[in-house]
Amino acid sequence: MTTLTVNGVDHRLDLDDARVTLLDALRDRLGLTGTKKGCDQGACGACTVMADGKRILSCLTLAAQCEGREIITIEGLGVDGVLHPMQEAFVRHDAFQCGYCTSGQIMSAVCLLAEGRAGSDADIREFMSGNLCRCGAYPNIVAAIREVAGAGGGHA
Amino acid sequence: MREFAYFRAADVGQAVATVAADPEASYLAGGTTQLDLMKDGVLEPDQLVDITRLPLRGVVREGDTLRVGALTTMEELAADPTVAGRLPFVREALLLGASVQLRNMATIGGNLLQRTRCRYFRDPTVPACNKRRPGTGCAAIAGAARMHAILGASEHCIALHASDLAVPLVALDAIVRVRGADGERSIPLTDFYLLPGDTPDRENVLVHGELITAVDVPLPAEGTRSGYLKVRDRASYEFALTSAGVALLLDGGVIVEARVALGGVGTVPWRAREAEDILRGAPPGPAAFRAAAEAALRDPFTVPGTAFKVELAKRTLERALRTVSGVTS
Repeated sequence: MTTLTVNGVDHRLDLDDARVTLLDALRDRLGLTGTKKGCDQGACGACTVMADGKRILSCLTLAAQCEGREIITIEGLGVDGVLHPMQEAFVRHDAFQCGYCTSGQIMSAVCLLAEGRAGSDADIREFMSGNLCRCGAYPNIVAAIREVAGAGGGHA
Repeated sequence: MREFAYFRAADVGQAVATVAADPEASYLAGGTTQLDLMKDGVLEPDQLVDITRLPLRGVVREGDTLRVGALTTMEELAADPTVAGRLPFVREALLLGASVQLRNMATIGGNLLQRTRCRYFRDPTVPACNKRRPGTGCAAIAGAARMHAILGASEHCIALHASDLAVPLVALDAIVRVRGADGERSIPLTDFYLLPGDTPDRENVLVHGELITAVDVPLPAEGTRSGYLKVRDRASYEFALTSAGVALLLDGGVIVEARVALGGVGTVPWRAREAEDILRGAPPGPAAFRAAAEAALRDPFTVPGTAFKVELAKRTLERALRTVSGVTS
């Protein structure tokens, strides 16, 4: 059995197949479907989660590798049903159309602020470039991040 | 993806012994190339030996050498203060590669061992690939070859080595420290990669089971200026069409030391020694820069899809030299 710590909760998993990625474990075994499977090849950023405080791609990470690491997903951002400031800003700025990339965008954006890289629109665009949005909501995504960065960033 | 066994190594010796004893085993570090190519069916190891918890992480300065643990991530190395202060072109190459998420995963050892982005190599349904299946031919030569190599290429393979980081590291004469079943050895990065020739399946001098444990990076002399220029099809999160890593030491209006390497053009990270020889001792300026660029791109191997890269690479190097030297006319 492997213990995965996700959003502060320990889960015991029987990883009978070593091929199970962190993404598949989250979605198919733990029912945490907020993390999305886009390309499944590390190219789109839809599966972005935090591991030990750093943003990573869950599609290119084996679940077995994550034993003992603190995983945070989009479901773990809000506190007591209250949205994280970045989630609120995405809603307010209409920073999505279909919404498929949004959880990855938000996870990446929260980390971007923690990294201190949201100082300018150019920096936001550069350091968010690993999250693709096929609907092209980029101006609104940048606006949402800019607003939260200007307000001091919110909690991580 | 083919099934495989997962094994987490407890120490370096156990990791090396395990992989060395199993011809079908591979190491697993950041996984950004390894798992990607396993999903595509290009790599089919029967066992992955997870080395991510081994004590091979961190950057230590020892005199004029920076010892970079093989499991240091790209983001960690980019954030190192000595890299920022003394090796600006290493930092730039790191931060211009991949995305933050990938840089948080990808390790320095893995970066050096990353496999080519050649789409014909990465697609097992393509029958002709000498790198994937020796003796089958090269589909890229008559195919869509925009992202392929023009230096060090042969009629057997034009696959590009796509690392940005390796470009400044070959320019600096970095040393790869390796541990294998028979002990440790050190390999100059400039001797580490193998030109494809007629054996493009052999990409470097490592034997099965050898593990990169660290990369030693000699610091250039105080006062050395450096820069990494990357030209690509989109502004971020894209591989290079061409790139240039340049380090110059100027004194009294003359270039006294020059290090030049090119990316996006070579089957291996491409050290341009002839260009360095032209620059060393010359006054910085358009004449020396153009001569260096001409020398660096001598005798390219082009196909219709890559012919444009010859002039683009020359101009990339010239612009990098102008920027780093501050001499624009």
